[in-house]
Amino acid sequence: MTATKQVSPTEDQLNLRRLADNSLVIRFSGNWRMQDGLPSFHEAKKQIESESGLKGITFDTQGLSSWDSGFITFLLKINELSSRLEIEADETGLPDGVRRLLHLATAVPEQKDARRKVVREWLVSQIGKKAMAGAAGAKDMVTFVGEAVQAFLDLARGKARFRKTDLWLTIQQCGAQALPIVTLISFLVGLILAFVGAVQLKQFGAQIYVANLVGIGMAREMGALMTAIIMAGRTGAAFAAQLGTMRVNQEIDALTTLGIAPMQFLVLPRMLALMLMMPLLCLYADLMGILGGAFVGVTMLDLGIVEYFNQTKEALDVTDFVIGLINSAIFGVLVAIAGCMRGIQCGNNAAAVGNAATSAVVTSIVFIVVSDSLLTLIYNALEV
Amino acid sequence: MAEPHITVQNLTMAYGSFLIQRDLDFVIKRGDIFIIMGGSGCGKSTLLRHMIGLKSPAKGDVLYEGQSFWQADTAHRNRMMRRFGVLFQSGALWSSMTLAENVALPLEEYTDLRPKQIKEIVSLKLALVGLAGFEEFYPSEVSGGMQKRAGLARAMAMDPDILFFDEPSAGLDPISSKRLDDLILELRDSLGATVVVVTHELASIFAIATNSVFLDAETKTMLAVGNPKILLKESPNPKIREFLTRGDGQA
Repeated sequence: MTATKQVSPTEDQLNLRRLADNSLVIRFSGNWRMQDGLPSFHEAKKQIESESGLKGITFDTQGLSSWDSGFITFLLKINELSSRLEIEADETGLPDGVRRLLHLATAVPEQKDARRKVVREWLVSQIGKKAMAGAAGAKDMVTFVGEAVQAFLDLARGKARFRKTDLWLTIQQCGAQALPIVTLISFLVGLILAFVGAVQLKQFGAQIYVANLVGIGMAREMGALMTAIIMAGRTGAAFAAQLGTMRVNQEIDALTTLGIAPMQFLVLPRMLALMLMMPLLCLYADLMGILGGAFVGVTMLDLGIVEYFNQTKEALDVTDFVIGLINSAIFGVLVAIAGCMRGIQCGNNAAAVGNAATSAVVTSIVFIVVSDSLLTLIYNALEV
Repeated sequence: MAEPHITVQNLTMAYGSFLIQRDLDFVIKRGDIFIIMGGSGCGKSTLLRHMIGLKSPAKGDVLYEGQSFWQADTAHRNRMMRRFGVLFQSGALWSSMTLAENVALPLEEYTDLRPKQIKEIVSLKLALVGLAGFEEFYPSEVSGGMQKRAGLARAMAMDPDILFFDEPSAGLDPISSKRLDDLILELRDSLGATVVVVTHELASIFAIATNSVFLDAETKTMLAVGNPKILLKESPNPKIREFLTRGDGQA
């Protein structure tokens, strides 16, 4: 777009001069390129408007050494102004390429209704729309859960269709492959619990009770919670992204046209795998957390390793582990539902896949924390 | 040859309150290669989605061999859909499965064939589309044109009565596109299938079509039905002439 003539650029890019025959000559010179900066149109506009009785505008581009789109936008503004003031602009003085681009830009008149209208809505209607969207979202969720239950019923009746290899693969992905991160996080959580407890308990010389704190804390609560949060970020998001990408690639459509229900074929193995693996991971996390606690006990509190484990054994009851396992089974269902639901509901473009993954994690974590609170209240009422 | 196979009856398509096309009425005969054509964004692919059961109509119906498709219950509709083969725009192969597994899935689901027999049929279908030897490749490991051909092999897995193609030549070079056209003709003749193609590729349209419908985005309805070669010669409608001549307006 740049047509360069080898003329040294002058400082004065724009010059307006009125001739004796009441016409205005606009003289352009130097470089008119976007990266060199463009003179303000405002000055020129003021000057043109202040001249009274103008008959026409002509252009002089003898001194113009180079130009690009910046020059065209400037000319378009002059054109607009001259037609508003009903002064004829004579384009013959412009370079050929500039004239052609000007014609191209004005060939198709602007479609007035194509511009997006910015409509300010009343607060009430905004609230109403949000509420309706919320209700629609809740309905979608109930529908999805219903379909998932239906798929499980089909599974129980032996009528569900999915590939066993898919199930094994998903079990491997959300079971064995999650072990390293679960190990690290739960060991550290055990460590943190022990540290926090030790500071307080040391004041009474009751360091040994760190074992109780860590053991009960991990088994009843933190083991299940931490695995659930790890799996929400790791596997829930992966489910949403996988299913969302399959939606974008029309892979889900391809299943549907074959009469294979995506709910059975894609969602069921994923939900099953996560529901089976989550309690196992939770149990593993409990043990890792206790190990973390023992590490602090032995290295910092001068407790014997045997002493620590005996204390843990005495403090813990099977009920504590069972409660943790119940929690983690419920979290497993919730994370699987959130991940698969966001994936299946995904829109048809790349941005929607990202949103689905994000939303899967957010939904899972909200579900986890809310249900955890409810469960704690229930256990409290049952006094277990 | 001439009995009606697919009837689109008074079909109106819409996304919510946004109208796509209204009052579509046409008949596709058995053995036809039927083209759904029109400019970009006129609703060609949406019409296809209505015909293959992915989107329900706002009004009207699609009839297969005289039987209502959208009035039928889900189980019946699923049975009807098994007689379709669909090639999606990008192939839509299941990315977690090899090409062979992709083609095998419908056979595993709907036939009682033994694994060895399925394997033989899969190899045949892949050979028919020129992909013999690529059984163990994953979709991401082959080119776009090959993915499309593998998608076609999957669409033909069950020897369908009707083959649907969504923009088969999109993203293909002229030679691959020509080969796909030849393959479509060959399949129609040898399988005796009815073929429905969504496309705006003129070369393709004139090479394979026996009948067509022209959808218009502005008036939101169909403007003509007929063999595109005859439409080109005889249609009085300037929009259709412009489309079929790439805007030259001359035959």
